[in-house]
Order: sequence, then C-alpha cells, then structure tokens
Amino acid sequence: MWIFAALVFPAQRKWSSIVNMADSGVTDGPEKKNDIERAKNEGKDLSKEEKQRLRKEKKHQKKSKEKKDEKAPQETPSAVPAPAPLPVPASESPVPADKPAKSKAELKAERRARQEAERASKQNKKGEVGQQVATGKTKAPQSELQPVVKRLPEHIQADNPDVLKKLAKKLERQQTPGYNATTKAKIPLRSDYGRKVSLFSHLHQYSRKAPLTQQLSIPSTVIHPAIVRLGLQYSHGIVAGSNARSVALLHAFKQVIRDYSTPPNEELSRDLVNKLKPYISFLNQCRPLSASMGNAIKYIKKEISNIPSHCKEEEAKSKLVNCIECYINEKIILAAKAIAKYSIEKISDGDVILIYGCSSLVNHILCEALEKRRKFRVIVVDSRPRLEGREALRRLVQRGISCTYVLISAVPYILPEVSKVFLGAHALLANGYVMSRVGTSQIALVAKAFNVPVLVCCETYKFCERVQTDSFVSNELDDPDDLIVTRKGKTHLEDWQQVDSLGLLNLVYDVTPPDFVDLVITDLGMIPCTSVPVVLRVKSVDQ
Amino acid sequence: MNLLQTTTFGAVDVRVGSRMNEEELVEYFRDQLRKDPDTASAVAAIRTLLEFLKRDKGETILGLRESLTWARDCLTEVDSSVAVSSGGELFLRFISLTSLENQDLSRCKKVMEERGELFLEKISMSRTKVAKLCHTFIKDAAKILTHSYSRVVLRVLEKAAAEKKRFSVYVTESQPDLAGRHMAEALRKLNVPVTVVLDAAVGYVLEKVDLVIVGAEGVVESGGIINKIGTYQTAVCSKAHNKPFYVVAESFKFVRLYPLNQQDVPDKFKYKADTLKTVPNLSDEHPMIDYTPPSLITLLFTDLGVLTPSAVSDELIKLYL
Repeated sequence: MWIFAALVFPAQRKWSSIVNMADSGVTDGPEKKNDIERAKNEGKDLSKEEKQRLRKEKKHQKKSKEKKDEKAPQETPSAVPAPAPLPVPASESPVPADKPAKSKAELKAERRARQEAERASKQNKKGEVGQQVATGKTKAPQSELQPVVKRLPEHIQADNPDVLKKLAKKLERQQTPGYNATTKAKIPLRSDYGRKVSLFSHLHQYSRKAPLTQQLSIPSTVIHPAIVRLGLQYSHGIVAGSNARSVALLHAFKQVIRDYSTPPNEELSRDLVNKLKPYISFLNQCRPLSASMGNAIKYIKKEISNIPSHCKEEEAKSKLVNCIECYINEKIILAAKAIAKYSIEKISDGDVILIYGCSSLVNHILCEALEKRRKFRVIVVDSRPRLEGREALRRLVQRGISCTYVLISAVPYILPEVSKVFLGAHALLANGYVMSRVGTSQIALVAKAFNVPVLVCCETYKFCERVQTDSFVSNELDDPDDLIVTRKGKTHLEDWQQVDSLGLLNLVYDVTPPDFVDLVITDLGMIPCTSVPVVLRVKSVDQ
Repeated sequence: MNLLQTTTFGAVDVRVGSRMNEEELVEYFRDQLRKDPDTASAVAAIRTLLEFLKRDKGETILGLRESLTWARDCLTEVDSSVAVSSGGELFLRFISLTSLENQDLSRCKKVMEERGELFLEKISMSRTKVAKLCHTFIKDAAKILTHSYSRVVLRVLEKAAAEKKRFSVYVTESQPDLAGRHMAEALRKLNVPVTVVLDAAVGYVLEKVDLVIVGAEGVVESGGIINKIGTYQTAVCSKAHNKPFYVVAESFKFVRLYPLNQQDVPDKFKYKADTLKTVPNLSDEHPMIDYTPPSLITLLFTDLGVLTPSAVSDELIKLYL
C-alpha cells in the first residue's frame, strides 16, 4: 500500500497543482495553518490522506502567492484544456479563472466541498480496488482486471507535443521553494535542432552551439553555479565517459551540500531532495543522464532522506559529504582495482588485445597488467566522429605499451591476429545486454565470427534494471553537425538542412546481445552475461 | 614447498603426535579409492580430509585451517583432477561456514567434524538424485551416445534399465586409456545392448543417435564442462546434428574457473599428476581433458536440479558466497 502511495504521490501533486493553477488564488484560513503545524510536529504519524492534503495546501499557498503577484493567468490556457487522453475525474475539473465575481469565501467553501467529495469517493474506490484516483497521463482506468499501462519515460517521447508541453511546465514549476516568484527564474527547455532521422524522431537532438546556459537569466538563483558549470561541461563534451561524468556529478553535489543551509521550518531531509530536483532536470536538459549517474543520484537521495530529523545541520551535511566520498571510493576506485586484479588473470604473455574507444577502466587494466610484467600488445580501434581512440592511444603509449591504431572499418582485417577483445561498458541491462559506445556491438559481432573471446569490464554500480533488446528505443542523439567534415577546403554537407530528404544521424550508444559476450568482469568477480539479474538481486538484498 | 609452508605457523607442530603426515595422507586416500572403486575420487578425497581433521592435533583454528589447506594441496598432487580440487575446496568452505566464535577449540572441531560428516552424507546421495532426475529423459527405444567411462552416467543408465526402458548405447573407445571399453563391460552386465565405436567415428554415428549423455570432471562458472578429451568434439558434432547434449554431474564438481577457450584451462588439470611432475616439456604430452563451452550444452543434471548452463553461475554464486 505504501508503495502504491509512493508511486501515486508524485503524479498526484502534478494534478493538484494543475487544479490549483486554474483556481483563482485564495489564502487558507487559520485553521488550515494550525493543521499544518500540528502535522509537521507529528511527522510520521500522519495518515496518507492527511499528508496528501497538506501537500495540496502547501502547493495551494505557493500558487496563491504567485497569482497575487502576477495577476495574468498566462498559465491557465495551457492548463485548462488538459490533453485529451487524460481521464479527468469530474470532481477535479479545472474551474475557469474568469469568475472574479464570486467572493473569496464562497470559492473557498466550494473548493473545500469539492475536496471532501473527492476524498469520500476516493475512500469508496479504495475499498473496492486499493488504488487511488486518476494519476494523470496515459493510465488505463483503475480496476483489478485491466492491466495498468506503463508510462513511457519523457526523454524518449520527443515527438509527442503533449509530452513536451508537460516537460516545459514541469521545468517552470521546479523553482526552489521559498524564493521570490518575481525573479521569474526557471530552468529553460532546450529545443531540438535540425531534421531528425524518422526512426529516431522520438529522441532529443541538441546542437552544441546553443548551450542551455545562454537561456538562463542572470542572476540565476535557482541553479547552483557548480551545477551550471557541470552542465556546460557535459553539453560541450569536456567531461565525457560514464565514470568521469558520475564522479564530476558527485563532486558538484558535494559542493551543493556544503553550500546548503536549511530554510526555517523545513527539514533537511525533505528540503534538500527538493532542492536537488531542479538541478537534475537542468543537467538532464544539458545532456541526458547516464545509467551510472542515475544510480548515483538514487543513492544520494536515499541517503538524504535517511538523515534522522534530530540531526544537526552541520553534522548532517558532513555525514552526507562523507557518504558521497565513500561511494566514489568504493564503487569506482576500489572496484577498478578489483576488476584489474581479475582481468590480469586473463591476460597471458604473448597476448594481442583489442580495445575500442577510450574506456577509463580498460586503460587502467592494461596499465596494471603492464606493471605486473605481462607481455602483450594492444590494437586500438577508433571511429568517427568522436575519435576517442586517440586519447586511449596517447595514454597507453605514454606508459610504454606497444600499440597499433586502426579505424573500425579495418576490424575484420586485423581480427585474425587478435587473441582477446576487452570492451568497456556504459551500462549493463537486466536482460544481459551491454550498452556501450556505438560500434561496440559491431566489434563483438565480428569477434564472435572469428571465435575471439570478448570480455566486458564493468563496475556493479553501472548495472541497471532496464531491459532493452535494440538500440532504437532508448538512445542518445549527438549534435549532427559533428558529422560534417572539411577536406581540402570543401565541405559538402554544409547546407544539409536545406536538402529535404537528408538527415544526419549521430548516435551515441548501442546494445550488444549477451551471445556475443563471453565474460563480464565486475568487482564481484567474473560472471557470464546472463547472470546480471543475479547480481542485481544480490545487491538489492544487501541494500 | 609444503613443509616450508607448515613450519611458519605458530602453534602447529608438524611432526609431533599422531597427526597425519604426507605419506599417511596419501596412503589413506589410495586406500579409500581401492576399497570402493565406485566412489568418485572427490568423495575419497573428502573422506581423507575428514579423517585428517579428526586426527589433527592443532592448537588454533587458523592453524587448523592452514593444515587442512595443506592437506588438500597434497591430495591434488596425487590426483590432479578437477573434481578433487573442487571437492576439497567446497568441503573446506562448508565446514568453515559455521560460526566459529566458540572459544573452545575442541568444541569447534566437533562442530566442524559433524558438518564434515553431513557434507559427506549429502554428496554420497547426490548420484542417486541425479539418476532420478535424468532417467525420465531417456525415452523408450532411445539410442544413446556416451563418451568414456563415467560412473554417474552408468548410474543413470542403471536406473533407466531398472525402470524397464529399452535403449541401446554407443560408447566411444576414448583413447589413450581405453576407458570406454570398461564402460561397455559394465553396461553389458546390465543387459543393455552396447556398441564400442572409435573416437573418430562420432560424426558417423550421430545420425543414428537420439541423445548424447556425458559425465563431467568439473563444471565451470560459465556453465561449460571439463571432461575427458574428445567431449568437445562430440559436443560440436551433436550441435551440428541438432541432437540434445546432456551433462550429468554432482554439485561438488562445480569449480570457480572461467576458461575462455581450450588454452585457458590451467595446465595442472590437463595432465595427470605424475606427468606434471616428471615430464619437462609439456607441449609434447597429450592433454587428458578438454573444455566444452556452455553454448553447446543443452541441459545439466545435478543434485541441485536440472539446470541450463546459464543457471550454473547462479548456483555457484549461492554455493560460494
């Protein structure tokens, strides 16, 4: 039941906020304020409905203040004609804002009556079904017999205008609570650039030349400067690679926590999580979050909400900073050491190892193997437009490992020489598929055809619960202008946007099926690709 | 090398009292094998280790564990098969999995001994369990192909014959030790029609055969198996002919190895113990075992149940963690 509540609540809040936006703002009577005070003091003793009611009231208060200042109901036209498929329960139908004739008291009474009726109907429904009233978007009507339609995540619905509108609204609303609404600071929505290939039109495609920060107003009090800097670094590719991105994110969050001070009448555990939400949205707009970043954020949120309420602020902040440092140390640095230890067992003298792109983990393993005096040579495979292999080549040659450099088109040519293939991973999915830089599945396929063993190295914090069987559904599109190349002063694709039938596709990730992978080396040991769900199960038991 | 290891411990003195030394250990082991030729060599090894534990006069738990490890290494020198190594490892893990917080050493030892007996009892039942699971897959009028001499496969076929099923068996000769003929003899005693074929004739015979059953010396983490040389060939041919390839193995044969290909299997398993010690250049010798990857295996029958190769890793994690 509590799990249901947890799932339902976030959506519930959206609904109530839409409702409240439509109403003309009214402040609540004093008895409601008392309720809130009492509720705060009691904390966990509140029942579900009371908490819900409290949240609604809070939102209501905020919105009412906004309405008073702004006056212009610019939000109402977008909120009132709610998207068609949404099942609007009768009791919550938005009241048009052009009824200033009614007095405040009447409106308040009306609203309260409506809420009571709604709550009563909810109680009845709960008695039958055990599930709460319409939670927005595309959910099938609640009955035990009909299955609930799963909600698609927003980032793969870029061609659905309703979803975009919702996203815009969500970003506008994500202001840090308590700030003066007149600053009008909000997280900007990044717009897509260029013509997208139709098969991938459901994904966002941004241009690097139009960074999100240009749309931010100054002073931007909503977003912490460390996060702004991080967002810029992500969108320009200055910080790239899943480990680097996660570590940078965690360091930025450490800074945020250090600079954070709890506003009066708020609890650190709840307020800080709310503060982090706009930052995460902002970073998501700069560059879609990776699976490793997602897991790190989940961990931080859990740690924050587990802070006991009696903890003093300084103590709590230092505890959180400590937690983050532990996480980085355990899951990334020590994991790399453990993986290197296992991998070195698999590297024998005289080996010819093939690597693709620049994976920090694989580079680390090869350097460690060199220190342990293994005799091997490396073939670095690279591909356009990122040409990350050059970076790997530079690092390995600096250490004194003998390397060969080829482009991906030459892989079948050199594979007969190769004895092993080492690949890094961006994430490992629950059905055993490996999500990695585009081109990885190609190499695994050709290696399988030549019977060369393929080893994937991945830390356990990159394991995610998602299931994917193809690279289309959930991917990332990079700036299409990267594909344009100038040779001998001629740039043929300069005006690609003018040509109607031409689309440029710059994919970032692809998925490799487990049949092509022989072994996955993690910090827990060497496992076959099909055992990833076992590790996820073991991990969830531990936590 | 082993003596050097033992003399560095604090409280344990190697030559004092009635503690088993190396010769006694080896003698006991060989004795066990001789007494009951039908038991797996791993079971004999575990019995030996249990006896060693009983007679050990160590003063500390750490010393006890060290000396058990030393004893297990001794045994692997005598019989370098994968099963002895894995059986020994699992035995050690099983007995030390108890909470040894008891201050009193003798009580700890008693607990360890009891657990050792329990372990031994469990694994002696394992072959029967495997036979019970597997015989249902042998249909009436089936033609079975098997490789070399395996006591587990023999037990399975015994059970199937006892269930009044009619089937005939093709056995490969299995050079260089001709263990296949041994298997054929045993099957003839059960009144099962049996034909001995050359190792090279496996591809020829497979079109007549309905299923292939082999034993295993070791089951590795990937779900593949290590077995007598020639198994890999049989597996590849049966895949090409689309015939099911079944493996029967007890759970104490599960080992924490992960070979990527034939080359990756450690040398100490490939050759007999005597060969490893006497011959200077191993590349002239024929390996006694090979590795069959999990993609060629249909199902594994173990006392933990009927498993697909990918489930083996799951079971291993449960056993070892």
